[in-house]
Amino acid sequence: MAEIEGGGGGGKHKGGKNRGKKLSTRVDFTPMVDLGFLLITFFMLTTSMNKPQTMEINMPDKDVKTEEEKTKVKASQAVTLLLTKDDKVVYYFMQQNGEPGTPMITDYSPGGIRATLIKENKARNPNIDSVAIYKQQLNMGQIDEPTYKAHASQIKSFKDGLIVVIKATDKSKYKNMIDILDEMLICNIGRYAVVDISDIELEMLKTVNLE
Amino acid sequence: MPKVKVPRKSTSVDMTAMTDVAFLLLTFFMLATKFKPDEPVIVDTPSSISEIKLPESNVILITIDKNDRVFFGVDGQPTREKVLRSMADKYKVSFTEKQIKEFSLLSTFGVPIAQLPQLLDMKAEERLKVAQSGIPCDSLNNELSDWIWQTRLANNVVRIAVKGDRETNYPVVKRVIATLQERKVNRFNFITSMERAE
Repeated sequence: MAEIEGGGGGGKHKGGKNRGKKLSTRVDFTPMVDLGFLLITFFMLTTSMNKPQTMEINMPDKDVKTEEEKTKVKASQAVTLLLTKDDKVVYYFMQQNGEPGTPMITDYSPGGIRATLIKENKARNPNIDSVAIYKQQLNMGQIDEPTYKAHASQIKSFKDGLIVVIKATDKSKYKNMIDILDEMLICNIGRYAVVDISDIELEMLKTVNLE
Repeated sequence: MPKVKVPRKSTSVDMTAMTDVAFLLLTFFMLATKFKPDEPVIVDTPSSISEIKLPESNVILITIDKNDRVFFGVDGQPTREKVLRSMADKYKVSFTEKQIKEFSLLSTFGVPIAQLPQLLDMKAEERLKVAQSGIPCDSLNNELSDWIWQTRLANNVVRIAVKGDRETNYPVVKRVIATLQERKVNRFNFITSMERAE
């Protein structure tokens, strides 16, 4: 016979081709899933998701030189808020004769200081409601962000509008100050300042037992 | 009684789809988040409706906790190194290279500079346990003011963010604000958490 056998024994090859055993191509993915979820858990625990919100504030320059450089404010348009202990706010208006008016006590609830501020602001700045309308238009996509900001800041800086002077006592908490600054945003008050409290006001707080 | 024979099914499930989901989520978390800096104090920030985001870099973070301690932190390792070197010159406190390296990895700290070498020698885990006394910022010894000033010299585009706890007493906040104003910083941010406006 002329056939040459490649292999020596040849007993195992039954004449056909030398076929490798067919292995399944399926791989068990379970360990990989384990690993994946382990890493997810790790990342969820060690990372922080959102960037913190912030609130911007501009303080007046500390060394204002002369009386003339100080901003003159008409007595009728200024309201002074005194942040006192126990989460209470005392507010008063200046009277025509330059004397402080009667102090009134309120709190940080929507029906408290916010209602007062909105009412007073509206009385002095008749266009203030338009800010809300512009805001609505912005949310509906009818106007763009810069347009909204331009309109809003123009209305808010109306020269006869309400001016809020914020004075925090030493008994108040940081939360109170943030809350009141937040109210400024909510009530669309364009002009406000954080100032140190004076002795007259401390006396006034004694009369309402909130010093 | 004849037994009902349930056909035996294979228990192995195709895991490919699950792997896909797991890695998709993993990718999402890796891209959308950043690592939490290890903070020496937990601060519960008050909420506001403001939607301004804090910039990611070039921020000085002044943290005030509810026990009226003041902490200081700045981002960027080169900035931190530079600030520490100039503060060391000013206060005549010497730091080893190792301590400076360690400081450049520290996100926030709250000890007077005299105690800083000691704090830097600790291991990270020990540092979390030790109670830091806060940076002095009263009128007699205002180290905070110098930290702010030196940081602004090292990095002139830096913004300042104040992060206070709800229960922080106002006098401390007032002192920090006064310190900032003395250094001619009249514009800064308060860090708040999200709140929906009614």
